[in-house]
Amino acid sequence: MSYYNEEFETLPRQALEALQLKRLQTTVARVYASVPFYRQSFDRAGITPDSVKSLTDLQRLPFTLKQDMRDSYPYGLFAAPMEEIVRIHASSGTTGKPTVVGYTRKDIDTWSELMARSFAAAGVHRGDIIHNSYGYGLFTGGLGAHYGAEKLGASVIPMSGGNTKKQIMIMKDFGSTVLTCTPSYSLFMAEAAREEGLDFQGLKLRVGIFGAEPWSEAMRGEIEEKLNLCAIDIYGLSEIMGPGVAIECREAKKGLHIWEDHFIPEIIDPDTGEILPEGERGELVITTITKEGIPLIRYRTRDITSLTYEPCVCGRSHARLTRMTGRSDDMLIVRGVNVFPSQIESILMGIEGVEPHYVLIVDRKENLDSLEVQVEVDERLFSDEVKVLQSLSHRIEKEIKDILGVSCRVRLVEPQTITRSEGKAKRVIDNRINS
Amino acid sequence: MNVEQISIFIENKSGRLAEITKVLGDAGVNIRALSLADTSDFGILRLIVNDREKAKLVLQEKGFTVSKTEVVAVEVPDRPGGLSQILQALDRDQINVEYMYAFVERCGENAVIIFRFDETGKAIKTLSENGFTVLEGARLYAM
Repeated sequence: MSYYNEEFETLPRQALEALQLKRLQTTVARVYASVPFYRQSFDRAGITPDSVKSLTDLQRLPFTLKQDMRDSYPYGLFAAPMEEIVRIHASSGTTGKPTVVGYTRKDIDTWSELMARSFAAAGVHRGDIIHNSYGYGLFTGGLGAHYGAEKLGASVIPMSGGNTKKQIMIMKDFGSTVLTCTPSYSLFMAEAAREEGLDFQGLKLRVGIFGAEPWSEAMRGEIEEKLNLCAIDIYGLSEIMGPGVAIECREAKKGLHIWEDHFIPEIIDPDTGEILPEGERGELVITTITKEGIPLIRYRTRDITSLTYEPCVCGRSHARLTRMTGRSDDMLIVRGVNVFPSQIESILMGIEGVEPHYVLIVDRKENLDSLEVQVEVDERLFSDEVKVLQSLSHRIEKEIKDILGVSCRVRLVEPQTITRSEGKAKRVIDNRINS
Repeated sequence: MNVEQISIFIENKSGRLAEITKVLGDAGVNIRALSLADTSDFGILRLIVNDREKAKLVLQEKGFTVSKTEVVAVEVPDRPGGLSQILQALDRDQINVEYMYAFVERCGENAVIIFRFDETGKAIKTLSENGFTVLEGARLYAM
């Protein structure tokens, strides 16, 4: 077994829960004192910080939604003064406004440790050369994995995404032993390497840590075979921290351990908000209990999963989440970028001032996500000239790329092509689920 | 002076042209001229018909996107260089042709070409000044 912080990773449940309660109480007091949003929402629910006396009291606290973060854009939910914030990240959001998160120095230390623990759980150690192909920038993936790798004491290559040929050359020449990227990009690299005549069997890669988009067991099999490594699923979201919120252990590869000394997970029925029993699938809700910059109480992740507290062969006492199987809202993750259909809708409305019928078709072609936006051509959009229609589709493609940061292909279709059910069009067809 | 063309949006998939011509045929609409512009994804079918209102109505009822566009019908001397003379006259006045196609029927000794211009009024003026015959819509639909 390889732990990064054995004491905390294997803390007996009773001690772990006592620690959770103490930290929860501190966090509740902190947000009540310093974040007007929480003070108001606790007051409305008739909750005072000292009324949280047990972990079950958590269930009485109101949820925090992504919308609450948008309403507080950019810094409204920060619980620390700007003088203490040393890092700002953001994730894409609807109408072009991102969701902003801030980290104090302690938050960065915590994140680095949890990412280091995650690397260790995946079997990574000092001496490993980590090829980090997560994007560096506002997106938390690149820097999150980077700091964790340094904390662990491994050598990190800050590749970021793109330039696949160079990625492959460096991976080979630098002797990378660990790869971190999205699962679809790993397969894309494998394909590109094959075209270059390079065999992954000859590389030193032994572990791949993949996340930021949903993937399946079948895809794990394909990645492990084509890249000749052990593929590990990692989970995280910028609102909560970034990558390293939960990870599979190498020993079981069955469920992702969520670091419970820093996060309290709950599974709820997304429609009623009620807590579901252990093992049932529902929406994951996370409360951060050590964060200073932007602590979140009962944040609704919209990710669908289930939770188990069964002991794991790896010896870690932290609960496990099953593989994410979808979302309780309509958010799509395309090549690691969050896309809401409503964002595409507002872009379309912005272009022609009308609300056209559209559908988003997501597919995985040659192991890379592809997004096609089908737009029905009605009389307001139609022209008898080819160039007018072509420039319309190019404009939509460009706007989506500029605003959402994701390339797509726009296809103009005849009216009534897009299926309507009960008067409401089906906006998303995700063909990746079966691939 | 101008001629009305109807334009129909069609996806590149089999059977669409057959569907359109059947709808028009069933409604007793006669196609006088046509042109099809196509890209890899979609096409635009442009028609001159004897009854524009009826054609538009029956196609819209079937869910097609239809628009009406003003085009210009010009008699072209049916001899080598006939069309070239028209295009040269337009070029001298810097009038851009968006697209053009030939009419099925002849008009006496002449062929008829349908033009789509950016500046229809200016184009008609140039054509008339250069002695070309621009055909009335009513005459064309009944041809």
